[in-house]
Formats: sequence, C-alpha cells, structure tokens
Amino acid sequence: MKVLVPVKRVVDFNVKVRVKSDQSGVDIANVKMSMNPFDEIAVEEATRLKENSVATEVIAISCGAQQCQETLRTAMAIGADRAMLVQTDAELQPLAVAKLLKAVVDKEQPQLVILGKQAIDDDANQTGQMLAALLDWPQATYASKVEVAGDTVKVTREVDGGLEVLSLKLPAIITTDLRLNEPRYVTLPNIMKAKKKTLDVVTPEELGVDVAPRLKTLKVSEPPARSAGIVVPDVATLVDKLKNEAKVI
Amino acid sequence: MSILVIAEHDNAHLKGATLNTIAAAQKIGGDIHVLVAGAGMQAVAQQAAQAAGVAKVLVADAPALADSLAENVAAQVLALAQNYSHILFAATAGGKNVAPRVAAKLDVAQVSDIIAVESADTFARPIYAGNAIATVQSADAIKVITVRTTGFDPVAATGGQAGIESVDAVADSGLSSFISRELAQNDRPELAGAGKVVSGGRGLGSAENFKLLEPLADKLGAAIGASRAAVDAGYAPNDWQVGQTGKIVAPQLYVAVGISGAIQHLAGMKDSKVIVAINKDAEAPIFGVADYGLVADLFQAVPELAAAL
Repeated sequence: MKVLVPVKRVVDFNVKVRVKSDQSGVDIANVKMSMNPFDEIAVEEATRLKENSVATEVIAISCGAQQCQETLRTAMAIGADRAMLVQTDAELQPLAVAKLLKAVVDKEQPQLVILGKQAIDDDANQTGQMLAALLDWPQATYASKVEVAGDTVKVTREVDGGLEVLSLKLPAIITTDLRLNEPRYVTLPNIMKAKKKTLDVVTPEELGVDVAPRLKTLKVSEPPARSAGIVVPDVATLVDKLKNEAKVI
Repeated sequence: MSILVIAEHDNAHLKGATLNTIAAAQKIGGDIHVLVAGAGMQAVAQQAAQAAGVAKVLVADAPALADSLAENVAAQVLALAQNYSHILFAATAGGKNVAPRVAAKLDVAQVSDIIAVESADTFARPIYAGNAIATVQSADAIKVITVRTTGFDPVAATGGQAGIESVDAVADSGLSSFISRELAQNDRPELAGAGKVVSGGRGLGSAENFKLLEPLADKLGAAIGASRAAVDAGYAPNDWQVGQTGKIVAPQLYVAVGISGAIQHLAGMKDSKVIVAINKDAEAPIFGVADYGLVADLFQAVPELAAAL
C-alpha cells in the first residue's frame, strides 16, 4: 500500500517570532525554518509502516515556495521514497492545501494519508479533516497508535479526558499527535542518499486547483503583555500576597 | 441571521465548553440554535434548553451519533447548515475534529480557535503558539468557527426556556466505527474549565513525586495539569498536558511547579489571571510571565505551601 505524507515548512519551534511593526504579519525573514514537528512524526510513522512491510511506498508532499524542497529532502532522509512539491509563492490556507492534496491523492491513489494534527505557525488544525471531507474518506485525528489490519486501520486517539479507539475502512486519513512515536535523527549517509531520490515539482495550475485565500488577514498584533511580576522570598510571603494582594485564595 | 452551536456532551451531561461557545454566538448576534447530536441524550437537550440565550434546541437522536464519529456528526451538521449564517463549535478535541470536515464540504474556510468577535464576519485568533494575534475576515456565506472556550465567559446554565425540536438523524456513514474508550477517572475539576490549576513539570522527577501536587491541589480545589516534559516522561497522563498542543487554560490562579516555561507551555496558560511559579532555577523563562515567583526547592516549598493554606 502507498502512503502519502504531507509536510510543511514552518518557523522552527524554538524561535520566538516577532510581530512586524506595520502589523502585516510576523517577521520570518532570516529566521530558522524546519519541518513542522507533527509532520516529522507523520513521516516517521509512514517509514515504520514501510519497515514493517505494511506500506510499499512512502511519498512526501509539500505545498509552498521553492525552499520547501529542503523539507522534502529531510522527509526523504527519514525514509520517504520520493517527493513532490506543489510550488507556489501564493499564501496557502488549509482549504487550498486540502484541495491540492486531493488532486494529488486522485492521481497517486494512496491507501493512507498521514498528516500532522496541526502546523505550529497557523495553529489551524484543519487540513487533515478537510482532506478527508473532500475525499469522503474516514478520518482519525490526534493518533497515538496506528495498526493496519487488512482493509481497515485501528487508531488510538488522544481525546479530552483520555483515549479512544476507532476502526476506519481504508483508504483513510490519519493525523498525528505527539505521542505517536519518537522521530529518528537523520544521519549523514541518509541525507546524502536523499539527494538522489526523485523530487517532482508541479504547480497548482497544473493540478487545476484555485488556491485563492478565503480568509483575509486584516492585521497581526502582539498579544497583550503581562505586567512584570515580583519574586517573593518565602512561602509565607507568597501566601500573604495571594490572599491580600491578588485575592485569589 | 441564525447561529447554530454544536453542543459538546457525553450523552448524559452538557459540557461546560458549550456555554462558552453560546457566549461567543451572543457576541455575533442573532437567533441561537443548539444542535444536540447523540443517542438517548434527552437530559442533555433539557440542559441545553435551560442555557441562557438559546432560542431553540435541535435534537438528532440515533445510535450512529452515539460516539461522536466525525463522519456522522459532520453529516448531521451539514443536513442543517444551509439555514445558518454561522456554525460554531467549541475548540475542544471533539469540535476541532468535526468543524473542518463541515467547512470543507461547504467549500468555506474555517476559522480556528477564536478568542474575540470583532463583528459578524471578523474574528481574532492566536497564531504561532499565541505569540501573535491575527484578526481575520471571512467573506464566506456560512462561517464555520471553533471557539477557544477560555476567550469567552460562559452563559448561565439555567434560566433559559428554549423549545426542543427533533430533527431527522442521518444514517451511519459506514466508514468508521467506534471500538472503545478509556477515560481517566478524576474527582478534581475538569482542567480546561477549572478556576485554579496546579501544574507540574520535569522538575518533579517522577510519577511518584507528582503526587506531591495533590495536597496542594486539594487545598485549593484546583485541577492538576502538566508540562509536555512531564507527560512524555510518564509522570502524568496525556490529557493533563497544558500547552499549544494540549489544553489551553485561563484560570484565576495557575501554579507552575518545576516547569521551566517553554514557548509551547506558555501558549497554554499565559492568559491565566494570576500566575505563580515555583522553580529552583532563577533564570527559568517561567519567571518572565509569573506574577509571583518563588525561587526554591519545590520538594520543600510545595508541602510548606499546602500546609500554609
């Protein structure tokens, strides 16, 4: 079975972004970029499915600017067999990405698409669910365990209050949660091998998808700053402050 | 203009998050209808009808809706969608699972996790782990939205007198099925809605030591939370995680014990009214957001604090 893994190039999770002074967005010029952490987990899971002879081929796909090729090379260094970039400099919102992915799914016919549960830049948590809707496939979001058995997949999901287990008919969409696996470190030999793997580039126009943004961002502002706190010398002072100053206990 | 709010429930109780979502709907303005989709949940419909500000409760009762499978719940919402200008879900694991599925089927954008309503088509939402707030405008005919519950004070749970109406339930999609659920037993307040939260991090050192937080939480009547580091290390269950990828909380009092304060953790708690940090490292970033910081060994300070309350 073929597995498709969409990956996104985002600002590295350790970077604290700054809002631009003209409120047009956040300043990401000269900021370290990496693969979205949840997508790394997705690539790792697909690679493990291949290592366990469940998957026959793992295809990584990314949508965005030319630099996303680096992200795809990383995916191939982890274990993806080949990659595809839908190249565009346009702003891509989740619905547009879901439509691009649907076009690719129609062409490649994977049995499973594994995505991250959310990207850490827009924090939308939408693309996987939207893709499932467009394809009329079942979905299992926030997966912490995935077991393929014949033409179904059993998925343990992280929900509010605990865990639940669902069974989906294949083909299906899965989105990863943090606890699904621990992504491997990419090794130098694998980075070198990844450079030789196939990376196809297509455009949204070639896929026949209109990617015009539906939501207009009017402004991006700083969150309200917290006023500076104080350091108290001991527990007694802390209790006193909480009782008499903050009045929360 | 009518607004459809999708109720969050467990077939027995209406969850508090629904009341916050109704509050967001009130800010938009218009008739508010609540959809209760499930199985054998008449009690939930009664509770929804009593919530302040609700004009009508729609009940879809069928076995296929019992376990909140995304495929079936989305189909149920879509069957009603054309009557509404706004469809609101709570930004919980349940709401976030279904809302994008509804939006994509309607071919509209979905607005995630709104924290403020500027007007009927303009909303504020945090991006980049809460380090920026985006104000977005939707031109879509039907606006599908998830609501960050901590952004809106809940409406009163009683006092309303909405009528209850049955609607035709959709058939099972047959695409997915429910196998089992394992919910953590917890006598404490629910983390996401708690007025006080005591959270532990890697500094606790073990699952055994995590119990040190219990007397303090009991004295305060607080829920217990955890940082990702503590969850990954197995000190605390997953659903206790507070942060960008876990629960977002905004209690009156948040006590962070042995938590350094990574960006991803701060994203989940920095809207708390009062933040207390107990950490032995005076340089820990958590002190940057704490109203009251105590630089001390938590193994002494926490029992001492519990005793002093």
